[in-house]
Amino acid sequence: MSEIVSHQPRAISLQRINAMVLRYWYLLMSSWPRLLELIYWPALQIITWGFLQNYISQASGFFAKAGGTLIGAVILWDILFRGQLGFSISFLEEMWARNLGNLMMSPLKPIEFLLSLMIMSLIRLAIGVIPMTLMALFFFGFNFYAIGLPLIAFFCNLIFTSWSVGVFASGLVLRNGLGAESIVWTLMFAVMPLACIYYPVEVLPAWLQVVAWTLPPTYVFEGMRALLIDHVFRADLMAWALVINAILFAASFAVFLALLQSAKRNGSLLGGGE
Amino acid sequence: MRLLSQWLNDAHMQQRGTGQAQAPNQPPAADQGGSAAIDVAHLVKVYKTTRAVDDISFRIARGSITGLLGGNGAGKTTTIAMIMGLVLPTSGRVSVLGAKIPEQRYDVLGRMNFESPYVDMPMRLTVRQNLTIFGRLYAVQQLRERIDQLAADLDLKEFLDRSNGKLSAGQKTRVALAKALINEPDLLLLDEPTASLDPDTADWVRQHLETYRKTHNATILLASHNMLEVERLCDRVIIMKRGKIQDDDSPEAIMARYNRDTLEEVFLDVARGRVREETP
Repeated sequence: MSEIVSHQPRAISLQRINAMVLRYWYLLMSSWPRLLELIYWPALQIITWGFLQNYISQASGFFAKAGGTLIGAVILWDILFRGQLGFSISFLEEMWARNLGNLMMSPLKPIEFLLSLMIMSLIRLAIGVIPMTLMALFFFGFNFYAIGLPLIAFFCNLIFTSWSVGVFASGLVLRNGLGAESIVWTLMFAVMPLACIYYPVEVLPAWLQVVAWTLPPTYVFEGMRALLIDHVFRADLMAWALVINAILFAASFAVFLALLQSAKRNGSLLGGGE
Repeated sequence: MRLLSQWLNDAHMQQRGTGQAQAPNQPPAADQGGSAAIDVAHLVKVYKTTRAVDDISFRIARGSITGLLGGNGAGKTTTIAMIMGLVLPTSGRVSVLGAKIPEQRYDVLGRMNFESPYVDMPMRLTVRQNLTIFGRLYAVQQLRERIDQLAADLDLKEFLDRSNGKLSAGQKTRVALAKALINEPDLLLLDEPTASLDPDTADWVRQHLETYRKTHNATILLASHNMLEVERLCDRVIIMKRGKIQDDDSPEAIMARYNRDTLEEVFLDVARGRVREETP
């Protein structure tokens, strides 16, 4: 046996996770367009919605009272959407680079791969969203961090949902090749109208409200409105979101592993094309 | 012990040196007297209606270089992918370095490595960054020294800090080989290792593989279209056609059996379905 290799095949290895994070970090640092893209869209979003918030605050008594709900919703939506993209784009980088075969043939386990993608989603999110929150503060006087401790509950629930969607979308691409890439970019938008980002759940038809309440982000956005408008932290909403997230998270992992097995049966791991 | 008993069970099937075509399910002479690095039994892979690999069996002795020969669509890449655990067999059994594949593949992946034209190293990363990442994935100790050693052995020093995308085809192949050797594997699986290389670089790669096998007693399985390469490198050749093993022996024995001077002529005989000459 090779003596230069330390051999612990069954354990989850922090070193391998660290190696994958380093791989994506090197990639990010080698490409200024990638870095710029992380900041560009969130910045545009906050400027557009910030001015809209200012305008309707002047015209509407409700929005004047509920200051920041639009900007807050935009930032939280970006955490959800960019969290998923941060996960999935790192995965797509392997497909674009035709590197997946090298990784799958290495001792890297699927769980380690997914964990490294989650860490990268946090790093990419921080690069995009922190400047966004600072712009909200300086240009529109909205201090996102003034939400305080509830922000942790909002953030955790949104990032768990984003990872679940990211794991599921990546599994589809793994199984079906880059022909399924558009799913990565569009899947989260299917959640958008039902998650009630900019309006309360009550505006939906009764039957659609039932569907909306199966999505963890709905609880987060309702919770945000309760906090910003009524100044009440709804811990019950956060707890329900966490329970549903746990189910979604476990289901997405199971689906990913099933799609990985299917890719192995199908022989698509070495190709990965269209 | 398990491999030994499997070998003993199958040993009665051997009919070597008779001049007859060896039936695909018989273990080859190269395995006699040692445990196998790769043990493949009745392996079948069906993609929808295509039988890509059709009931093949072979064993590969430790420390040997074996060539998997065959035309396009012969089933070489699928066979190698099943040995690596990247493709699941429809039926049959594979074990590598004593571990069942795919069930126990994580027990041995650290002792294997591979190179294939179907995969690339990330283009934007430098050679050093790529080797660092794969070295960490394989838990290589004293990684910096190992990379320096590979850079010296494979003549990578001048472009170690250049991104992979800016290298020539020959340089990329050397980098891919460095990645394949980063963990000093006991088993090296190579799919067309010298494809698209100029003769000089290809010869250089072959020399390096020969040296590596000798110095590390490594097992190498390579799939190739290049008959000269196989003739020069391999102790043993497995010829595949339409998913089946057509022949399995040393290059010299196969050439003698077909009454041909080169493996290329044998390959053409097999590919075009010519009946071979029987040796006495």
